[in-house]
Amino acid sequence: MKKLSWKSFRGLYIIGIISVLVYFWLPQEGLRIYRVVFDNILFMLGIIPPVFILVGLFDVWIPREKVTRHLGDRSGLKGTGISIALGALAAGPLYAAFPIAEVMLRKGTSLRNIFIFIGAWSTMKIPMLLFEIQSLGPRFAISRYAMSFLGVFLIAFFLDKLLVDDEKKNIIEKFQ
Amino acid sequence: MDLSTVIFYIIVLILLGISFFKDRKKTIEALLKAWKSFIVLLPPFLTIIFLLGFMVVFIPEKTIALYIGEKSGFLGFLISSIVGAITLIPGFVAFPMAKMLLENGAGIAQMAVFISTLMMVGIITAPLEASFFGWKATMGRNLMAYFFSFVVGYVVWMVVRI
Repeated sequence: MKKLSWKSFRGLYIIGIISVLVYFWLPQEGLRIYRVVFDNILFMLGIIPPVFILVGLFDVWIPREKVTRHLGDRSGLKGTGISIALGALAAGPLYAAFPIAEVMLRKGTSLRNIFIFIGAWSTMKIPMLLFEIQSLGPRFAISRYAMSFLGVFLIAFFLDKLLVDDEKKNIIEKFQ
Repeated sequence: MDLSTVIFYIIVLILLGISFFKDRKKTIEALLKAWKSFIVLLPPFLTIIFLLGFMVVFIPEKTIALYIGEKSGFLGFLISSIVGAITLIPGFVAFPMAKMLLENGAGIAQMAVFISTLMMVGIITAPLEASFFGWKATMGRNLMAYFFSFVVGYVVWMVVRI
């Protein structure tokens, strides 16, 4: 996990100083910037705590190792379902999914399930969906989510078709 | 606070209660993890909120509407999708950002394309992805996700418009 240091605040210092300069130079615009920032911080504080609590709960209660066992080549629909659930319940940016995918592959997960997992991780996270509903409304969020669901399947299917057996073997062998 | 937020709070509090009832230590651990991931996200988050403040104040609504508004057409899709494909913005920031842009003249389809490419396409992380899955799979996944995002944008626009 990333450590918090003065470096993490670098961008904030710079833009904070610029906003102070703007305030002295153009007081009206400066004040409007502060109002937008203030409103947004309030909005965030109102809805962010439960999202993070949910992420924490998922992290603690759903151990990844336990699930990876049921994802092999013959896992069928169940394997697909678990792959989606694993991705959807995860927390973290997409690049955090690759090392986990590596572990899953090494433990015998099929490549198609890996692609589904990566897809679900990228765009189907449940805490994110709830947050999206709050920010952009249920119609926007749910239609986007449903389309992503379809997309994840299509992409995994075609990716599986796109790669010839040799290429698949190469990917899998790297992880053995 | 709107209704969906209240419902969300209630759901999470119930889950937290169940967790606490089942295992106190794990629940505290979960709360600590929640706090940690929140704190790590805070600096970039505040930075982007400031950036948005600048955008809203200095870029007139008309300009936003012109480039990524409802009537910006293909150019609007192109801009939103490219920005989405390149940048690494966490969802916690992207959704309020899209909301704010929507309030300031951005189009719904364009914002859906932006969010979809933001989540599914990663140009900056492509070399990392390729080191795991090879370039062919990486290019295949990212290209398919990129083009599919346009479909997502169109469908979301249709649904929201009804």
